[in-house]
Amino acid sequence: MNQWKNFTKGLIKENPILVLVLGTCPTLAVTTSAVNGLGMGLATTFVLVMSNIFISLLKNLISDNIRIPAYIVIIAAFVTIIDLVMQAYLPDIHESLGIFIPLIVVNCIVLGRAEAFANKNNVLSSTVDGLGMGLGFALALTVMGSIREILGSLSIFGYKFAEGDGILIFVLAPGAFIVFGFLMAIAQKLIKKK
Amino acid sequence: MIIVLGLITAIMGVLLGYVYNVTKDPIAAVQKEKINKAIQEVVPGFDSLSESYRVAALNDPDSLTFFDCYKNGEWMGTAVETFDKNGFSGLIKIMVGFNTNGDIIKTATLKHSETPGLGEKMDNKKSDFSAQFSGKNPDTFKLTVKKDGGEVDAITAATISSRAYCRSLDRAYQAFKAQKGGVQ
Amino acid sequence: MEYVLIIITAIFVNNIVLAQFLGICPFLGVSKKVETALGMGAAVIFVMVLATTVTWLVQTYILGPLGLDFLRTLAFILIIAGLVQMVEIILKKIAPALYQALGIFLPLITTNCAVLGIALLTIQNGYDLGKSVVFATATAIGFTFALVLFAGIREQMETSDIPEGLKGTPIALITAGLLAMAFMGFSGLV
Repeated sequence: MNQWKNFTKGLIKENPILVLVLGTCPTLAVTTSAVNGLGMGLATTFVLVMSNIFISLLKNLISDNIRIPAYIVIIAAFVTIIDLVMQAYLPDIHESLGIFIPLIVVNCIVLGRAEAFANKNNVLSSTVDGLGMGLGFALALTVMGSIREILGSLSIFGYKFAEGDGILIFVLAPGAFIVFGFLMAIAQKLIKKK
Repeated sequence: MIIVLGLITAIMGVLLGYVYNVTKDPIAAVQKEKINKAIQEVVPGFDSLSESYRVAALNDPDSLTFFDCYKNGEWMGTAVETFDKNGFSGLIKIMVGFNTNGDIIKTATLKHSETPGLGEKMDNKKSDFSAQFSGKNPDTFKLTVKKDGGEVDAITAATISSRAYCRSLDRAYQAFKAQKGGVQ
Repeated sequence: MEYVLIIITAIFVNNIVLAQFLGICPFLGVSKKVETALGMGAAVIFVMVLATTVTWLVQTYILGPLGLDFLRTLAFILIIAGLVQMVEIILKKIAPALYQALGIFLPLITTNCAVLGIALLTIQNGYDLGKSVVFATATAIGFTFALVLFAGIREQMETSDIPEGLKGTPIALITAGLLAMAFMGFSGLV
């Protein structure tokens, strides 16, 4: 399989959020700023890559009927690891992502890729797939975080470019849904054109 | 089958334990640093600090943490780590400094998950909401929002967060008064 | 009074789906019909209350005293997955009618982040057992409430004329945004 193609499919064509619509909870909740979106995206990428590697390594060992619990254990372990590491070295981002770090466990993307890809493919392909999917997730999250931050708090990556409060609604819950809705519509349109 | 599952759990357990041990100290250091910074912010100018001690809170099973601050060997104020569990998104943690008269010197937010742009303004880096408490004595300054008949200007559109903030300060003051035997 | 506050806050003001963004997947996935929305809601109420109780006990009597807090995520997700399986088996045996109604929704709940989210939140907020149970119940009711409302709107939308690009999930998300805006009005309640 062409590894480059394997990598890029996660970025756009099969973007986990905008096209596959997996992992919507963190997408909506943590994208109040671009930094948060990026932090969450990278944390998820780490978990995705590591769990993909492990699962593809162990795929011959894990029989079908214990598949799901085994995956959950592996995923939960890596989530806890990234949780601890962020708490130690990136306390500010950890604080603002809060409960959504442990919730990567139930992010359907991670389990979804394990099921759909890692348990059928070799280690290299699975790593590349995890990386592509993870970065696609991070990309979508960062874009959404940027839009909400620009409109809502008149700043980008924490840098304020204008005085005032911005359109507060975009930082609040309704803004998250609406921005997400329009982004997805744009993505659908772009993909159909191709 | 069960062996495989057990094996995976064991490997993951060992890995987790290892990471936990490596990150334990940095995490503790980060948290201590944060607390120390907050104490310096709310009780400026002290040169030594007592060991922290816990004081029972009124109306709640959890206790508050006190840090007595000294300058040239004399007690000059106390930083109290206080909390409220009914913020808009649950728990908030506040550090508040009292001088020897029981006046609030300054307050700082340690932890909150309030709405960005609204309740978030309780953080003194985001708005001057918390500045209104500085120099006030809770015996004469009623620690409830104006809507509830008090004297605190609530954050616009974030009454729940503002109330939680006031409650946490009041909780700290009640404990402080009880601990220090009235005010000197 | 405190309990009343918790209940109102959890259902209306800080609605789990529309304000906290937990459980969006089922919110978008099973909200096409009011009937399935009700079924899913009932299953969530059942599992969430049960899971919160068990995880609270495990945290307070096992993980907390042993200083194993870092295993919380791992332990909780396994407990929830196990509970869901168990409930499924028990229901099948003793209440086949109920199983018929809830059955297909149960496996979906393991990956519903609302259940794990609430289990973790009650620990973070430092609630005692009574408050945890009340909080979990109210939150689950809030979830059902939002889900059923949303399903009602989507049923109506079936027949409306929607611009091509917005068909499907995008328009659902924008509708959810408007619903969330309406729910923000409740914040004046408390």
